[in-house]
Amino acid sequence: MHRAGNWIGKHLMITLGILVLIYMYIPNFVVALMSFNDSSGSRNLYQFQAFTWDNWLNPCEPNGMCESLRVSVEIALVATIVATILGTLASFALVRHRFEGRSTMNLLIFLPMATPEIVMGSSLLALFVAAGMGGSLGFVTILIAHILFCLSFVVVTVRTRLAGLDSNLEKAAMDLYANEWQTFWRITFPLVFPGILAAALLAFSLSFDDFIITNLNSGTTVTFPMFVWGSAQRGIPMQVNVIGTAMFLISLVIVAAGEIGARRRAKMLAQR
Amino acid sequence: MSSDSEPRRDLRLSGLHKRYSNGFTAVKSLDLVIPQGSFFALLGPSGCGKTTTLRMVAGLEEVTAGTIKIGDQDITGEKPFRRPVNTVFQNYALFPHLTIAENIEFGPKRRGVKESASQVKEILELTELTEQAGKKPAQLSGGQQQRVALARALINRPEVLLLDEPLGALDLKLRRSMQGELKRIQEEVGLTFVHVTHDQEEAMTMADTVAVMNQGEIEQLGSPYELYTNPQTTFVANFLGRSNLIKGTVVGREGSGADAVVKVDMYGTVVSIKQGRVHTDSTEGWIGIRPEKLLIQPEGTSLADPGNHFSSAVVIGASYLGVSTEYVLKMPWGQELMCFEQNRGVRGGLVELGTKVDVSWRQEYVFLLDSSQDAQAGREEE
Repeated sequence: MHRAGNWIGKHLMITLGILVLIYMYIPNFVVALMSFNDSSGSRNLYQFQAFTWDNWLNPCEPNGMCESLRVSVEIALVATIVATILGTLASFALVRHRFEGRSTMNLLIFLPMATPEIVMGSSLLALFVAAGMGGSLGFVTILIAHILFCLSFVVVTVRTRLAGLDSNLEKAAMDLYANEWQTFWRITFPLVFPGILAAALLAFSLSFDDFIITNLNSGTTVTFPMFVWGSAQRGIPMQVNVIGTAMFLISLVIVAAGEIGARRRAKMLAQR
Repeated sequence: MSSDSEPRRDLRLSGLHKRYSNGFTAVKSLDLVIPQGSFFALLGPSGCGKTTTLRMVAGLEEVTAGTIKIGDQDITGEKPFRRPVNTVFQNYALFPHLTIAENIEFGPKRRGVKESASQVKEILELTELTEQAGKKPAQLSGGQQQRVALARALINRPEVLLLDEPLGALDLKLRRSMQGELKRIQEEVGLTFVHVTHDQEEAMTMADTVAVMNQGEIEQLGSPYELYTNPQTTFVANFLGRSNLIKGTVVGREGSGADAVVKVDMYGTVVSIKQGRVHTDSTEGWIGIRPEKLLIQPEGTSLADPGNHFSSAVVIGASYLGVSTEYVLKMPWGQELMCFEQNRGVRGGLVELGTKVDVSWRQEYVFLLDSSQDAQAGREEE
């Protein structure tokens, strides 16, 4: 007993770290486990009954689930592209140009991030109804709402990257015979790109899993989060866990690829 | 280098003026001719307008008034990428996402040079960077980055190379060796170098001609020797080296032509100053004597050097620097003067604090400045 206490004392930091990690990853582990759950013929859907590959082999079996997934991915893709382009342009204007009302503009762009989603969602609904779109709520209204709330996050992310960019680099490019166009595409864009990419990934995940604002403005359109919410009333189909696990694995691959790239760069730096 | 038959391609700045939109005037009607092939330094404290001047020549800053010409070619309104001018930036501004070779090749590629690869190879050798060609800028040391910045500009064979505090980010030892290196490269390629710096030693070591700038104007222009031995303003006297400035009154003039001298009384001692070293028309003036031109001798012993002298000065401070010793002397009228003495071992030790000394100097090294100027101008904050 004493020995064990001693060991824990010595390894307190690492022990705590592992405990926190377990705390953070248990939900993912449970989701992954449940994706192999054979729930057929059981009333209690939240208990592991038996192992099966069926959920992974027939992910689209639950009625409407894959359709909702398709809607969510489509909305997320379009919202990401539009918000990233608009947000990047706005960031350039905010960082690079001095104009009247620049600081007010800065504040106004960040404000939506601080607005409770439920407030933003209901005011958007009011707006859509007032604009005569009350009868046609759906894909388009969801898209408008998603682009709106993604914009602020894109601006924040790209702006930070752009503000950290030494403007002398562009001057140096111009000095070395690059015209404005070449300077932008060969120097500015490649250097700001990591920020734009990060902003796009953030926008995608924000859009993909938004529920509150979407739910208020969706009309009859069902997104994936709404499908999960709806089916949770009756008992979640195990295939939801398959989608969840797949999403988790995809983001894991993206993060790992980024990390490997960063390590390779760090290794190159160490070779001075 | 051009042959004699070709017209000279001097850099000419005429009435160059820069006023920012916030009302601040950085450069005031600057007139300057920088001869082709010379190593020219713009020296001044931060905020004196030297970098703004450089950026206007590079085309990175808009000109409010005036013209910039290379030879007869007016480049005042030309875009930066259409000027035969390249810049070595203060913090090098190397492109972090490109390799060293790609950085250097950037200029030739934009100009559509076909044999850029062989040029890159050549310039990598000249700057001893061949082994670093495939690395990224962040992998290089400060000195190597500096050479990349130089190579990246030089490969374009600009008519004028602008250097904006090029050695500012390096440590002292590296800076000294790079000073020699820069001078060597300039002599080898024979291009016009315009070097902006706040470091007077750097300017004096490298440049053929130095222009001292202050508050958007050129205070004085000349060779390092001229500037140091015969400064025309209190600012130059204090910024380039150090000076003792003592109040004096003009009591008469003698001789004519080149031999004309102005006689000035300073606290009872009359100094004769050659007309060429007098930079005021007023009857009052600052008499300038460089600290190393002052000789001291404990009272009672004979003066080694003939010339003007004061007696009854008291040594109130001494800093021993190895090669030399810096004494602070309290004069009978209360002013403190600096005196630098080489430690040649003649005295057999330092002069003790509190010793009364005679102070002498040769009057041909003295200069006279306008009394309306601030005696503290250009002095470093201490």
